[in-house]
Amino acid sequence: MSRPPKKPTPGRKKPAARKPATAKATSAETDEAKTASAAIAKPVLEPAALEELKETWKDAPGLWGWLTTVDHKRIARRYIVTAFIFFLLAGLAAVAMRLQLSRPENDLISPARYNEIFTMHGTTMMFIFAVPILEAVAIYLVPLMVGARALAFPRLNAFSYFVYLAGALLLWVGFILNIGPDVGWFAYTPLSGPEYSPGHRTDVWAQMITFTEIAALSVAVNIACTILRMRAPGMTLSRMPLFVWVHLVVSIMTILALPAVMLASSLLMSDRLLGTHFYNAAEGGSHLLYQHLFWFFGHPEVYIIFLPGVAFVSMIVPTFARRPIVGYIPMVLSQAAIGFLSFGLWVHHMFATGLPRLGDSFYTAASMAIALPSGVQIFCWIATIWSGRPVFRTPLLWAVGFVITFVIGGLTGVMVASVPLDLQLHDTYFVVAHFHYVLIGGAVFPLFGAFAYWFPKFTGRMLSERLGAWQFWLFFIGFNVAFFPMHILGLLGMPRRVYTYPSGMGWEPYNQIATLGGVILFLSISLFIFNVFKSLSSGAKADDNPWDASTLEWSTPSPPPPYNFHHTPVVDSREPLWEHREDLPVMEGLATKKREVLVTSASEAHPDNRQSSPDPSIWPFISALAVSGVLIGTIFSEWAFVWGLIPLTFALSAWFWPKRPRAGKSGEPH
Amino acid sequence: MGGSARTLLLSALAAASLGGCERETRPLVTPPETGPQSIALTDLYPGSPAPPPKDPRADDYAGNAYHITQGQTYYRWYNCNGCHANGGGGMGPPLIDREWRYGSSIDQIYATIRDGRPNGMPGFEGKATDQQMWQLAAYVRSLGGFTPQASSARREAMRSTPPRNQAKPQEPRPESFTIPQGVSR
Amino acid sequence: MKRAALLMALALGACSGMQTPLAPAADQAEQIRSIWDVMLWVTSFFYLLVIGFLAWAVWRRRRKETAPPRTQVHDQGLERTLAIWAGMIVAGLTLLISWSFLVDRSLASTQDDQALHITVTGAQWWWRVEYTDGTPDKQFETANEIHLPVGETARIKLMTSDVIHSFWVPNLSGKMDMIPGRENVIDITPRKIGVYRGQCAEFCGFQHAHMALTVVVESREDFNRWRNHQLTPAAPPASPKHALGKAVFKAKACSLCHEITGADAGGRTAPNLTHLASRRTIAAGTLPMNRGSLAGWISDPQAIKPGAKMPNVPMSAAESDALVTYLESLK
Repeated sequence: MSRPPKKPTPGRKKPAARKPATAKATSAETDEAKTASAAIAKPVLEPAALEELKETWKDAPGLWGWLTTVDHKRIARRYIVTAFIFFLLAGLAAVAMRLQLSRPENDLISPARYNEIFTMHGTTMMFIFAVPILEAVAIYLVPLMVGARALAFPRLNAFSYFVYLAGALLLWVGFILNIGPDVGWFAYTPLSGPEYSPGHRTDVWAQMITFTEIAALSVAVNIACTILRMRAPGMTLSRMPLFVWVHLVVSIMTILALPAVMLASSLLMSDRLLGTHFYNAAEGGSHLLYQHLFWFFGHPEVYIIFLPGVAFVSMIVPTFARRPIVGYIPMVLSQAAIGFLSFGLWVHHMFATGLPRLGDSFYTAASMAIALPSGVQIFCWIATIWSGRPVFRTPLLWAVGFVITFVIGGLTGVMVASVPLDLQLHDTYFVVAHFHYVLIGGAVFPLFGAFAYWFPKFTGRMLSERLGAWQFWLFFIGFNVAFFPMHILGLLGMPRRVYTYPSGMGWEPYNQIATLGGVILFLSISLFIFNVFKSLSSGAKADDNPWDASTLEWSTPSPPPPYNFHHTPVVDSREPLWEHREDLPVMEGLATKKREVLVTSASEAHPDNRQSSPDPSIWPFISALAVSGVLIGTIFSEWAFVWGLIPLTFALSAWFWPKRPRAGKSGEPH
Repeated sequence: MGGSARTLLLSALAAASLGGCERETRPLVTPPETGPQSIALTDLYPGSPAPPPKDPRADDYAGNAYHITQGQTYYRWYNCNGCHANGGGGMGPPLIDREWRYGSSIDQIYATIRDGRPNGMPGFEGKATDQQMWQLAAYVRSLGGFTPQASSARREAMRSTPPRNQAKPQEPRPESFTIPQGVSR
Repeated sequence: MKRAALLMALALGACSGMQTPLAPAADQAEQIRSIWDVMLWVTSFFYLLVIGFLAWAVWRRRRKETAPPRTQVHDQGLERTLAIWAGMIVAGLTLLISWSFLVDRSLASTQDDQALHITVTGAQWWWRVEYTDGTPDKQFETANEIHLPVGETARIKLMTSDVIHSFWVPNLSGKMDMIPGRENVIDITPRKIGVYRGQCAEFCGFQHAHMALTVVVESREDFNRWRNHQLTPAAPPASPKHALGKAVFKAKACSLCHEITGADAGGRTAPNLTHLASRRTIAAGTLPMNRGSLAGWISDPQAIKPGAKMPNVPMSAAESDALVTYLESLK
């Protein structure tokens, strides 16, 4: 029996002027399919088949289901919630820092505690909030945008969440138990080495890095494989949404950059726990080795954070400008250029260390050169708005705020890219202002825009526009009030990472303004949380495509079912839902009795084969526990590494135990 | 949520933190000087069957990473290695062997540093502050292998050759002679 | 603590301008200032272009209601503009890179005509300053304060005795890290007489915030006078109280770490105090040099700089009074 065609439904009942009047029909579940080729028969999804599909892809109920799920959407949601909670904790740490710095020679927080707090702030924001939450949104959206039922490695995805959670808990429980690190998020030796950082605080930091990097690498591999081999038929590389392009680039960057920091932190742990001398100049090691290894990761890391922000903006702007992005090819090339160039810039964090100056100049040139692709992208976004018919909903507000804020950060980045100028501005509040402008402007603004944009898809409810606008303006104003004065503080000579400062330097008024800005930011984020909870319970129901966007994820119900799509869509343009407003072409053929995904070729996305997708499994969770045991135990005793490998071996063997294929009773292929 | 995961982690951390918290605190404020205390070198003293009371400051310093590291700094600054090298001894006796003429508990080492000893060990009373002497004593104990790890959290036990500046961690042994239960005096 | 802060505020007065790269007082800082000026103009220009374009885009065709999307687009004009924009960015960046490179080259050029050689060793959390020109009897050591003759280039060798620090006097020059195992070098050619403040610019532990130094740029005659004075041993005690103070210094823990030339105190691990009272600040720029600060610092260093390596040395009020009197006399 066929389902009746969906009629166009109004988006929302409220007559408020700023809301979209109608939403067009965008259902992908159609029983009349335009066939991409004559060979594809008309797909019909019988109710029995639909029930089978639901049954195949559903999770067990309750806690067991929570632990065993491999549904990328559930895992992404828990990643987002967890990362956001840690964002709030790190933000509270920042508020504490600002309160301490609001007055000269303040004694609110002791120097030891202040060092711990700023270390926790930086470490949490960089390792536990930024990269994970941006990867999490990709985990949710990439399969939907490419028309796949699941990620390439669903159990690895589940494993990565538990490992990430263990690392984040290690750090914060350590902080609460007064064993937290206090050497900054970058932990330079010899301050973080065995002689000057006694006890296990720095080991906690170094091992947390191992956890979060295992998680990030797992996700990167997952996303890259999904993007390259699981796109819907017809979605050639040049028809991929820009979001998907960005995450392909970011995944490859992650795979290349993260091993450097794992090496840096592991060598540090080896120095501290085993008595090696990698970073001991007196025994032939080098402190600069640590800095090179760390920043070889550290610089691509900030682009790993910035580029997903770019991805969000590249999706939001075309939707609200009602036209495709201007300059798709330049956008793709810019993103790839940023990814590539970002690996050649790291020495700009080390200009003050006394490296040969001619070599430093090369890094000046490279650091400034990366402004070119960024500038190209800025032009393309603004041009899209300029030549479109923009409607200002909350997501577009955030995108515009992003441009205003990020460009300031980018330009101060060009300033500090110059070696001589950096020798004045390095390690001052000017740099603090710069990186907050690029990181908050470049990633957090788009992230809030993404929340506003995809919240309906993730939860089935609309966020309140009014609260969203309030939140945006409070955040925008609060952010600039908090961080713009820091440029001036840096130019007036205030160094970084100081727990207090003398009076009479002229720094007090700017510090006080910055603290006020911090308070405003706190209010804005509180408003956001209130908006989220209120909308979850009583927000307007969202239909499939409330913003009338063009990409495939908007062809699913809000929120999408576990199997994402009834039928795999077939793509023949960059804006599939705008080209086919009534009836999206789809193909049939994936099994409903078992979990199956379609694998396509890397460049042209021709269907290649059907692959079994794993069922829910407890083994990723058990393996994550085993890994946590090994890594946390190693901080305290090296024998934990040896003994801990035994349960890990069991867990991994159980996970990867090959399943003998069974023929069906009737001899059908499985 | 993964309650079992959290419980497991917390119990692991709690177990470690029992020693961890005391090891990791950084007391940056100097406690007030309590003045010199007499520290017994043996358990035997007239008139009492019970061992003499231990100096209450001893526990604050023994095993605390910050104090041991400060002691490591002062060991170098006050030129202890002029006579004791890095524990191997020279003009002075080694500190990494098992022979402790004047006692190896932390308060006894503190007394040695404070009062000096015959045949050349100078007394630092009035020269180094009390806290510095306690920190030095904590470090010297770590040289002798009495703390589970050296001040730098460095585990030398896994090396294939014995480390040059630390004895192998040893079983706790009676540090001073105790009158066994039931033996009449 | 509060008293010290108040005293410092009074003593240091309006010190804004003492520690800023925007008020250059030396060749090196002057050249860097020129980069700042160029950067500010060029980046502001580009920013205004971007914001102008954005404002135009936002106001131009905004709608209240969602219009149907366009899929057929002709963007040749915009793509041409993009090419022009990219060209402008390349031009702007080329200008900035070249300017920066030329300044950097001139800053890094090594001349051998330095008038003065100084070695500054960073420690947690103070600066050891050694003037190393001439025969050994012309070399001396001080702490936390540097004097330079105006108009002459000083070459400063930068080392550290523990962790990474960074030597930074913004009015005079950019910063340079002090890294264990490396000797870095910085040249300063001061042009304006004055007193400037520098601060450690690499996180180095608990009291990184209180690791400042003073640089006094003065005429050649004044510098020579200061230098010759620094070569003299400490002033002998002028009164019984001073003598008591000196005796306290030698008998207590002080002499184990501090050096006073000519007073039988030879400690090498803490600042040299021979001419303490001639310096403007104590405790690495944390407190002004006066009787009250000295007394407060000596009686409880941990209250002012928690974590500093200077211990609380117990002494009676009379001993403390005499000691402070003696230290004040060490001009």
